[in-house]
Amino acid sequence: MIIGALFGFIAGNLTQSPYIGFMVGMLAGGAASLIHAFISITLRGNQIVSGLALTIFGLGITNFFGQDWINKKFTVPVHGIAIPGLSRIPVLGPILFKQDVFVYFSYLLVIFMWFLLFKTKTGVHLRSVGENARAADAMGVNVNGTRYFWTFFGGLLAGAGGAYLTLVYAPFWLDAITAGRGWIAVALVIFAMWNPLYAVIGAYLFGGIESLQFQLQATGTTIPSSLLNMQPYLLTLLVVIAATIVVRAKHIGTPRELGVPYAREEK
Amino acid sequence: MADTVVTLRNITKRFPGITANDRINFELKRGEIHTLLGENGAGKTTLMNILDGIYHPDDGEIYINGKKTVIRNPADAIKNGIGMIHQHFMLIDTLTVLENVILGLRQQGFYINRKVVSENIREISDRYNLGIDPFIRIWQLSVGEQQKVEIIKTLFRGAQILILDEPTAVLTPQEVEISFEIYRQMVREGKSIIFISHKLNEVMDISDRITVLRKGKVIGTVEKNEISKEGLATMMVGREVLFRLERKPLNRSKKMLQVENVKAMDDKGLMALNGINFDVYGGEIFGLAGVAGNGQKILSQVITGLRRVVSGNIIIDGKDMTNASAKKIFEQGISYVPPDRLKVGLIPNLSTIDNAILRRYNKSPISNNSFINYTEAEKYTDRLIRDYDIKVPKKEAPVKLLSGGNMQKLLLAREISENPKLLIVVHPTRGLDVGATEFIRRELLKARDNGIAVLLISEDLDEIFMISDRIGVIYEGQVLDIVDIEKAEINKIGLLMAGMKSLKEEV
Repeated sequence: MIIGALFGFIAGNLTQSPYIGFMVGMLAGGAASLIHAFISITLRGNQIVSGLALTIFGLGITNFFGQDWINKKFTVPVHGIAIPGLSRIPVLGPILFKQDVFVYFSYLLVIFMWFLLFKTKTGVHLRSVGENARAADAMGVNVNGTRYFWTFFGGLLAGAGGAYLTLVYAPFWLDAITAGRGWIAVALVIFAMWNPLYAVIGAYLFGGIESLQFQLQATGTTIPSSLLNMQPYLLTLLVVIAATIVVRAKHIGTPRELGVPYAREEK
Repeated sequence: MADTVVTLRNITKRFPGITANDRINFELKRGEIHTLLGENGAGKTTLMNILDGIYHPDDGEIYINGKKTVIRNPADAIKNGIGMIHQHFMLIDTLTVLENVILGLRQQGFYINRKVVSENIREISDRYNLGIDPFIRIWQLSVGEQQKVEIIKTLFRGAQILILDEPTAVLTPQEVEISFEIYRQMVREGKSIIFISHKLNEVMDISDRITVLRKGKVIGTVEKNEISKEGLATMMVGREVLFRLERKPLNRSKKMLQVENVKAMDDKGLMALNGINFDVYGGEIFGLAGVAGNGQKILSQVITGLRRVVSGNIIIDGKDMTNASAKKIFEQGISYVPPDRLKVGLIPNLSTIDNAILRRYNKSPISNNSFINYTEAEKYTDRLIRDYDIKVPKKEAPVKLLSGGNMQKLLLAREISENPKLLIVVHPTRGLDVGATEFIRRELLKARDNGIAVLLISEDLDEIFMISDRIGVIYEGQVLDIVDIEKAEINKIGLLMAGMKSLKEEV
């Protein structure tokens, strides 16, 4: 995410196009994810270690390449497009239908991903390699190929999230600007029990809490701002605990072979 | 005349150190159920994995419908109408039946047309009376139903030849009856079935013809109507005079282990021990023979305190130790050499020294209650290495780097050195070479001569006959019969292993 944020920001500034910046951010995220894929799929390394290393690498490399960009702004505005009719719905209208093109893209993406995961053969293959790679292999699914592709795809999306942050949401560059939002996304996946539709609910919940802190500060509350800033992370922790309990009880969610590398010859 | 759908000619498959299949000839006719019968390790599954394209034969030819065919992988097998149902199901628990059925199918498009596919599944399900709902998730199904899903999966892919690898091993008797009905229906419709089993009763029930394998070779192919169970048992285990290791005369002391009417469940919650009874005395080796999966593992776990007993008693040297903790039971004088040396017996990534002191790391002189005295630990390890002739290149290196034989020696050395009242050994020589095997058997005899009660649980009949003083046969969680070694006949033991209680009276 941080890699997508920086490279998206740089590309956007150089071309003065938020769209090119966005694409470049995605590709940068995808490229970074391939490192993770290579370590955890081909070399069968520990995913947690590889993932942690990658985030530290991301912070380091963006710190290095971002030196000259600190406090610079991205000045090309991305305007909201109000959808006629729908945006007039009280309360929900402005929230959902007076947004920029990237937000609309995210709506489509949710539906597309849900459809892909649960309605298509591709989705069955994707889920099968995470649940029981041996069985999938026996049925002729290319386990490592599938895993590579979707890890890359996940990297594209993480990059998109980063690029949106520095191009639209807070259009400037600071060191470590993502401030751990990538981790919240990980919590979101657990919260959503690996279902894109639930992820939408979670995203609004987490987003709501984050904006709550600004709203509360604006009202001049006496709660110290450092406590308010802590909220999203505290909530993340609580949500993960709660979701884990639910998932355990209901026998759903977490792919069984999450983080397990696959080698055909091992028994 | 029925035409032949599969012909195997001179199939040979070698693995390092063993010829699993030695010039096997086999044929399957259309519409028959042909059983492959043999003990564990006879080469049945290897042969079928060759037909399914998982292994490649070193030599020999395969003819499908009279045409010479090379089967490179399971996809090739399916193209030739061959479908194998493995002992361990290839199903994904969290997916639905439908999703499992279409998994990996090339002819399926991008979008899953649930309506069409589910109709096809229902059609197959109805035709064979399987009663499987395409939209249910696998984890919600019983093992018997999961097997039906495997059958549907195979039939959906157009299989005409089905290979069933010990399909009944995981089923309840009622489920076995139902599945046999399904198999019969399938052959009535012109499909052909290869049925792998080592249970004589079932084999006599379901087969048209039977081919018996022993140690990788075909002993013979017979029509079911022309042979008795006794005849099959002889073909299966039948061997000539058995070699018995030299031993001192039996000097039995008191009863060290008494297992009384013990019942216990396996991990799935099914009753694996159904009221099992036997005793082991000091100074004897009690050999418990039986085909895999009849409760041996569960039995060794309940005696050593690793699994709870549902009912019944386990009395060790006069003390009731039913459901006591593993530590208490060990302190009562029980040592244990588990079946899986790298999973239960040893800790693979710890060093030889650490593994050697596992039973006494908390006792003087190795421990002073706070720290481990590694000088003492090493001294102790050196003693075991010397006494048991264990080849250890580097004592500090992970124990998993040792050869199987040396690991087993280390394990046995550690356990016998505790000078137990009762030593439980499960499959002590499985996978070992001749030298290590003989060494371990001699050590077990030595333990017996020193007055230790030895419970030997093994699937290797030769081993049981070679060193036991008494032999019991375990079948479906019960000990069917116990005989003294002098009176034991291997064919009769073989029949008991296949679950033929009736023979008890004839003996």
